[in-house]
Amino acid sequence: MHNVVCIKQVPDSAQIRVHPVTNTIMRQGVPTIINPYDLFALEAALELRDKFGGEITVVTMGPPSAEDSLRKALTFGAERAVLLTDRCFAGADTLATTYALATAIRKIGKDYGQPDLIFTGKQTIDGDTAQVGPGIAKRLQVMQLTYVVKIGALDLTARTIEAERRSEGGVQVLRTRLPCLITMLEATNQIRRGAMADALRAARAPIVKWSAQDAGVEDISKCGLKGSPTVVKRVFAPSARADKATLVEPSEEPAQALIDTIFKHQPKLEADLAALAGNV
Amino acid sequence: MIDEKFDAIVVGAGLAGNAAALTMAKRGVKVLQLERGEYSGSKNVQSAILSADLLEELIPDFRDDAPLERNLVEQRFWMMNDRSHIGLGYRFDAKRPTRYTVIRAHFDKWFSSKVKQAGAAVLCQTTATELARNRRGCVIGVRTDRQDGIIHADVVVLADGANGLLGARAGFRKAPKPDQVALAVKETHILPRKVVEDRLNLKGDGGVVIEAGGVIARGMTGIGFIYANKECISLGVACLLSELQKTGEIPYQLLDSFKRHPSIARLIDGSDVRDYSAHLIPKRGDKPAPRLRRSGWVAVGDAASLDGIVDFDSPSIAMISGRVAAEAVSGLKLRGDLTRAGGLSLYNKMLQMTLRESKKYEDMPGLLHADPQSFSLTYPQLVLKAMKNFTRGTPEADKSILRILPSPWSRTGGEPFRVPRVLR
Repeated sequence: MHNVVCIKQVPDSAQIRVHPVTNTIMRQGVPTIINPYDLFALEAALELRDKFGGEITVVTMGPPSAEDSLRKALTFGAERAVLLTDRCFAGADTLATTYALATAIRKIGKDYGQPDLIFTGKQTIDGDTAQVGPGIAKRLQVMQLTYVVKIGALDLTARTIEAERRSEGGVQVLRTRLPCLITMLEATNQIRRGAMADALRAARAPIVKWSAQDAGVEDISKCGLKGSPTVVKRVFAPSARADKATLVEPSEEPAQALIDTIFKHQPKLEADLAALAGNV
Repeated sequence: MIDEKFDAIVVGAGLAGNAAALTMAKRGVKVLQLERGEYSGSKNVQSAILSADLLEELIPDFRDDAPLERNLVEQRFWMMNDRSHIGLGYRFDAKRPTRYTVIRAHFDKWFSSKVKQAGAAVLCQTTATELARNRRGCVIGVRTDRQDGIIHADVVVLADGANGLLGARAGFRKAPKPDQVALAVKETHILPRKVVEDRLNLKGDGGVVIEAGGVIARGMTGIGFIYANKECISLGVACLLSELQKTGEIPYQLLDSFKRHPSIARLIDGSDVRDYSAHLIPKRGDKPAPRLRRSGWVAVGDAASLDGIVDFDSPSIAMISGRVAAEAVSGLKLRGDLTRAGGLSLYNKMLQMTLRESKKYEDMPGLLHADPQSFSLTYPQLVLKAMKNFTRGTPEADKSILRILPSPWSRTGGEPFRVPRVLR
């Protein structure tokens, strides 16, 4: 089987800072990582490949430096990496991103075999929209299973897949037909440590690089900033909360001491509770 | 099992490892480089001063795109009392920059990109766990923490630093004692570029490093250091580990009092603290002659413990030894002698020769805080050491300046104000 995994190179949000004066995000010197949610998608694809054979193509859209993330994906064991990079892709919102990625996935299908499954993470940590996965599915006119926690029976002859999907208040077990796009939920698996052979291959493998034209983009106006109706109006750092934690000294009656301290800081709460008790 | 065999495996992607891997790859040696961290520089928290000449030998056009912070034009030495300091300065406006300050995390990453461009295979997040040997004890490759066992190579270049796992496991060096290492704690303070320049009296890309000796906190001796970067000031305190143990002082509290010192506080006022980090500085000198090579391997940089025999700063030793080892390996490969017994002794010979010639690089004072011995000196000793340091590059000035200082200085530490009188 052929699976395509979409990944995104994102700044390591644990280390990102907002400039104290200009209020812009300081990207310089901030290390980049593969969007952590995408690693669950990649591992799910790798497990299927181990079981059913075939290969995995990893694709990303980004600046030339996004090659680092693709190489890392190869280290985990993916067979092929495609970097979609072109100045005209810059400044894309989710609408323009899905257009570019869907176009590239069509081209991947043509060049390397039609994909059975397309994977994305649940969302990215820098955009947090969770729109790109479903957007690609819509553009490619394939089925979509979002927030998947577990992939069940996969029948390559009957072309069906079963998956467990987290939903509000429970888990849905769904069956649909291939090809299908899956967005994986976090903590559903753990990315493997790639073997030496994969790591060596990853360090030297050529990365397929496509411009918009190479990928078969027909309408440049649907790409990048031009193709993006979303506008970032302002970025700011939320101010720190002034609330302080209060340390309750150990005492004979810890529960009472705790309640006293809470009521001391929340007099209204005490009055409300007293009123409530009075009513009962 | 990996069938492929490399000419050389470089363990570590710091300055020495990168210098070695780059030089070999440029000369057509088939190189595999292994790095434990996520990328080259990811584990490095240091600011460093690098020699322009040495960099140029490795990457002639490094000025085009290397992440250099400032070119060093001044070194200052402060003696600190509780609320005041007196200072010595050494300024050198060379025609072209001779040394640059860099943030190692950024610089090493860039350096590594050059290594990749030169054609070396660079594997990060891969730890070499053991040297693999054949029955005769010759090193034939390394084992790593990834599946597939041994990777083979004709030569293994140990560049895994002062605390390197492979060197220690190979019985190459011992773990240092608490009085042989200093613990340095540091912070990076972000400030607008103009503020950095105004407060430290800098122009353009000129840079300064300040070292502060004397009373760092509550009577404890140590050395503080301050590096001006482009848009941040790195500062920290280093103390001998044994003294910290003895006094029970807590490193970050020492750094805190250092920051509150009026001379320092005004430098970082209004800044945004980016990170807090700590690292160990091994003691220089008093070491037995290092073992630089055995059958199938050579050691470079801090992993070679060369600082015991040469009076260079550790980044320079790293760049020189990395390059020379690479030249030796490339030369042997060209002659088909790479696996010949004793062939690698060429590295020893070449290194000694290069280090003798490299005296020309000593045109600027070394850093006191790179030497843990400085941390327990009295004021007079500190001044003397600083003066010696500052005048080292100017032979004619050397003796005459030192003559001013009376030789048997009384050991009356804790009185910085005696010093000006003496200097007068």
